[in-house]
Amino acid sequence: MERQLDDISKELRKKIFKMIYQAGGGHIAPSLSIIEILTALYFGGVMKYDAKNPHWEDRDRFVLSKGHASAALFSVLAQAGYFESKILDTYCKKGSILGGHPDMHKVPGVEASTGALGHGFLYASGMALAGKLNRKDYRVFALLGDGECQEGSIWEAALFAAQQKLGNLTVIVDYNKLQAMDRLENIIGLEPFENKWRAFGWDVVEVDGHDTGSLVKALGENTSADAVPKVVIAHTTKGKGISFMENVPIWHYRMPNEEEMKMVFHELDITLEELTN
Amino acid sequence: MRTAYLSALYDLSKTNKDVLALISDNGAIVYDKYRQDFPDQFINYGISEANMVASAAGLASCGKIPFAYTISPFLTMRAFEFVRNDVCLQNQNVKLVGTGAGFVYSSLGPTHHATEDLAVMRVLPNLTIFSPASPMEVRKATVRAAEIKGPVYIRLGTNKEPEIYEDDYDFVPGKGVTLQEGKDITLVSTGSIVFDVLQAAKELQQEGISARVINIHTIKPLDEDILLKAVRETHVIMTIEEHSIIGGLGSAAAEVILENGADACVFERMGLRDKFCKGYGSHKDLKEMNGLSKEDIKNRAKALLKKKETISYALK
Repeated sequence: MERQLDDISKELRKKIFKMIYQAGGGHIAPSLSIIEILTALYFGGVMKYDAKNPHWEDRDRFVLSKGHASAALFSVLAQAGYFESKILDTYCKKGSILGGHPDMHKVPGVEASTGALGHGFLYASGMALAGKLNRKDYRVFALLGDGECQEGSIWEAALFAAQQKLGNLTVIVDYNKLQAMDRLENIIGLEPFENKWRAFGWDVVEVDGHDTGSLVKALGENTSADAVPKVVIAHTTKGKGISFMENVPIWHYRMPNEEEMKMVFHELDITLEELTN
Repeated sequence: MRTAYLSALYDLSKTNKDVLALISDNGAIVYDKYRQDFPDQFINYGISEANMVASAAGLASCGKIPFAYTISPFLTMRAFEFVRNDVCLQNQNVKLVGTGAGFVYSSLGPTHHATEDLAVMRVLPNLTIFSPASPMEVRKATVRAAEIKGPVYIRLGTNKEPEIYEDDYDFVPGKGVTLQEGKDITLVSTGSIVFDVLQAAKELQQEGISARVINIHTIKPLDEDILLKAVRETHVIMTIEEHSIIGGLGSAAAEVILENGADACVFERMGLRDKFCKGYGSHKDLKEMNGLSKEDIKNRAKALLKKKETISYALK
């Protein structure tokens, strides 16, 4: 299955780059770091969902708290069958349902309109609490940016989810260690990150965020008897798959120049024709 | 008002198990009975208003009807961006209930006063805003809020407000209430200060001034018709609110009146004039210290009528 998931991830990288290239700009690097996480969730058998029935009451729910990686989420939702792949070509264009941040009223499969950081996780904790109150067995997943964890609201929700024993809630942190301006450690560092979550009462699993096999395992059912919420700290590389973008903060929101594009063609195994079609 | 709200919420929660009472660690005693009878419908978020509001939106997205309750400035201003993005933008069925309207939490000082809440909440799309004037109106507004599918903000006082209505009062969202007819001037108000406005109007009557009193219990959507009718019939409008004159009822009324041709109107807003509420003491003391006592209302009304005389050439 891992091979299959890796193949999907490879194709998604191309799609995401194409979407943002055609849109003339966007958050490439923050989208590239979370591909394997989304692939594991949606295609690794972790989440139960029905793309033809996006409002199915018993579905698992996924909230992209780092909403600026919308291109990644849209490419995955199209792949999962929530809408036709050709809609991806309209990304950020006039008349499109797909924008730079996801809109739950417009895009099938989007559970929450995110974009402002420090919101989606809180919203997801409400969904998890509703599941508990309604005696439903669905799970709720929220994917957070690491820079996003500088928001105080994240820690309000972390305290709350542990207090409420939201064992149906799993948070994944895209721990690529970069934010828009610099490395996190040079701005507001999070270390010791694992200990912070543990101290807040969470089960913590650390995983290579580009290893789909490990991700599927880590994201599996929460087995804690006390229904403690789980955080999967996914160690990732921002800009993964395009070497000159990897681990370089400036690529948070930037497009490659002509020279750099040649490397993109080579590394993503994509042609100019494919990009412009 | 708080007791009226809780009693309405209690009844709603008894018949509809999706109704939830969310608090952020205030109302320890007042929620005792609720907590005891509906333990599964009561959630204390602790002192984290932003989390309460965003989480309420998530709850609502899964069919729950959360009533998120806390002191108004913390609800509407601390958590404002969460109200905007999670509740209003996503149009979730969340009821936001802020206590301590105006400066009813008198001696606790301006941190606990709600004197800009209407201004900030009024700009939010999809949001209905109730600002009831009496316990009965609170009760009816709470029931109506639960019937509305979408976000509602209810602005509450505390517990000592007198009743201004008879038992058969019918609360209709979006429809202002003419509490007293009058032809010389119209006093437009909202919240518990409506009681003082009524008293002032009665005393003006004894001085030969016929003052109409309108209670705007729904700030949004605003009852434009009742205001424009008052403009046509009395030509003099004064708004009175326990709130900044910027952005609240007075601003809302001014927008409507000006957009509809204000050439026949003398207009004034009474409220905090770009100031925080000053002083300590009782609620009544603070109204006196901040220019919002019954006497102030009477005096401003009379001054406004004088102003009308000086510019009456402009009025039809």
